[in-house]
Amino acid sequence: MLYRIAARQAAPLRRQAFAPVVRRSVTTDAATAHAENVPQEDDKPFTVRLSDESFETYELDPPPYTLETTKKELKQMYYDMVSVRRMEMAADRLYKEKKIRGFCHLSTGQEAVAVGIEHAITRQDKVITAYRCHGFALMRGGTVKSIIGELLGRREGIAYGKGGSMHMFAENFYGGNGIVGAQVPVGAGLAFAQQYNEQPNTSIILYGDGASNQGQVFEAFNMAKLWNLPALFGCENNKYGMGTSAARSSALTEYYKRGQYIPGLKVNGMDVLATKAAVQYGKDYAVSGKGPLVFEYVTYRYGGHSMSDPGTTYRSREEIQRMRSTNDPIAGLKQKMLEWGVTSEEELKAIDKSARNHVDEEVAIAEKMAVPDNTSRILFEDIYVRGSEPRWMRGRTVDETFYY
Amino acid sequence: MVAPRLFRPAARLVSSRFAAAPLRSAFAQSACAQSALRVRGYASESGTKEVTVRDALNEALAEELELNEKTFILGEEVAQYNGAYKVTRGLLDRFGPKRVIDTPITEAGFTGLAVGAALAGLHPIAEFMTFNFAMQAIDQIINSAAKTHYMSGGIQPCNVTFRGPNGFAAGVAAQHSQDYSAWYGSIPGLKVVSPWSSEDAKGLLKAAIRDPNPVVVLENELMYGQAFPMSEAAQKNDFVLPIGKAKIERPGSDLTIVSVSRCVGQSLSAAQTLKQQYGVDAEVINLRSIKPLDVETIIASLKKTGRLMVVESGYPMFGVASEILALSMEYGFDYLTAPAVRVTGAEVPTPYAVGLENMSFPQEDTIVTQAAKLLRL
Repeated sequence: MLYRIAARQAAPLRRQAFAPVVRRSVTTDAATAHAENVPQEDDKPFTVRLSDESFETYELDPPPYTLETTKKELKQMYYDMVSVRRMEMAADRLYKEKKIRGFCHLSTGQEAVAVGIEHAITRQDKVITAYRCHGFALMRGGTVKSIIGELLGRREGIAYGKGGSMHMFAENFYGGNGIVGAQVPVGAGLAFAQQYNEQPNTSIILYGDGASNQGQVFEAFNMAKLWNLPALFGCENNKYGMGTSAARSSALTEYYKRGQYIPGLKVNGMDVLATKAAVQYGKDYAVSGKGPLVFEYVTYRYGGHSMSDPGTTYRSREEIQRMRSTNDPIAGLKQKMLEWGVTSEEELKAIDKSARNHVDEEVAIAEKMAVPDNTSRILFEDIYVRGSEPRWMRGRTVDETFYY
Repeated sequence: MVAPRLFRPAARLVSSRFAAAPLRSAFAQSACAQSALRVRGYASESGTKEVTVRDALNEALAEELELNEKTFILGEEVAQYNGAYKVTRGLLDRFGPKRVIDTPITEAGFTGLAVGAALAGLHPIAEFMTFNFAMQAIDQIINSAAKTHYMSGGIQPCNVTFRGPNGFAAGVAAQHSQDYSAWYGSIPGLKVVSPWSSEDAKGLLKAAIRDPNPVVVLENELMYGQAFPMSEAAQKNDFVLPIGKAKIERPGSDLTIVSVSRCVGQSLSAAQTLKQQYGVDAEVINLRSIKPLDVETIIASLKKTGRLMVVESGYPMFGVASEILALSMEYGFDYLTAPAVRVTGAEVPTPYAVGLENMSFPQEDTIVTQAAKLLRL
């Protein structure tokens, strides 16, 4: 059954400019993107020319419109995006089967952002995001089974069943944060620590177009610029903050200009190559001591804000369908890889199959994981750092007081 | 031995209850008191209707928007989306975008703006998608709204209402499932109400909007869909409940259970179980108002039953239950025949896994077990 759902994403590609209603949109139109002299070898670097519409800049020299890559990397990016989507679709199914509780925010359609960023940085760089975090958790080294296990509230989940959909952490991945916008100054703090420790690294700080108006975003901007922190602020503009379109919430919808005194870069977030190129450029910029940048990843979520939002009351089905059929990040990369002779239809199908099989296997393992024991020891563990706990914590009644 | 008792606070409290006259008449308290009496009278009469808490809140908002041009509602997704939890459904269509306003996701900003509008004489209603997000704006609620009247020596009132779902919600983990009753209840200058039933919801919200002070209305998401009978009087547009007055939901003689919001329903079920299993009659008091707190009703009940249990879902330390237990000792020590007990949320950030989540909040059997223990059954 899952395969049938998956089949829909391989919608036919139509090569036309999209969204005439949104004037300033960047598109994935691959017309100008090309690659020549693609080598035979999988790991031999070659240069890709990015689409002319990949970037727009604010007070910033544009990044190069070329990207050095390998066939292996392109295939890995494709594999990663397919995996993220497959995992999100599994979450969709499990939620509908009432196996996932509470809120569940999926990133279907936005895969190129998480994947493109990860391919531009190293594991020593830091990432922090909001609650639409499953794809980032996977890219930061979380396993599918640990992420799905968490959604199912299992003991072997990535947060041991304590965090759920919105709270996932991994090495140099700081969540998974539930309060809109609150992660932005926290992200500035990550960059502060990198500067303090003199690390040649950057912090990728993500927030949505809805969150971009929170006051603390601007407070973080100010400190980051004032202290020249290696922070790459990034607004994932999926055009709707819950059910409110960007234009109804923001006086200036060009989010990459929102830093005012911080240079900005708008990126086609439906194009994984443009995303990688932009973040790579941003990282060099930040690490070389030039300070923060404000990115805008123009993207689109196919589903509702969360599982309880059908996502069709505030936007038309035609709009969603148009994005899916003309701007899909997975189909877009697939098309380029075929055009450039990076791979064959057969090989792509094999990659698809292996990514899907892997996700499906891991989901099956997650579904078999045990739930946490309903004991006070498990309930009260990890409120404080182990060994530093108070002597006791009170339960619902005096009898349920737990002594560490 | 009799004389010292008279000097105990409880005696003073009971004796002063009917003697107290309002010093200022700036706010017509009599209207509220009267309507409360009327409600009692209609409770058993025909004409009652099943109404969900969501619809009761919606009705209260619509009526107050209709009655008073100065009121308007603002918040995230309140207008075009009809409310994240559909409490404001239809209000935009009926009252237009001037009075039903979608804000950006900027809690500190729109809360401050609402406070400013209130200082300038309007009567704003600010909706928080949940009170967890009001943490972003708590400075405006406390420092700008609650304290201004006092700081200005009574010159500057601030008639603003803050409302939204509070407390336990299912499966949403630590950052979206916390009870703020004690936080707001501790602030002088704020009034804090927390409805359980549909009548509570309508009467308290309307009272909050009409009250000339900043009032925090702590609703509960899990109650929105629940239907309750609503009396004919409560269906009218002049129905207002007095802030600061608790309601005895179930009279009893053996034990007083004081509860608030969603826990009232759990306490009532527990009281039924106690009756069935042990034949004891628990009196269940629905606080309705966190601040001011109806100490009189609690002590009067305690006087009758001799035993007190408080059930609420906030954290146990420094909470609503601890406050009521302290007050019971200050005002009702002589009436207690056993130490008062509390059933509360556990001292833990809300876990996601369902089994652990259940252990973090009062369940019906937690209440029954504690009551049985208190009564030595």
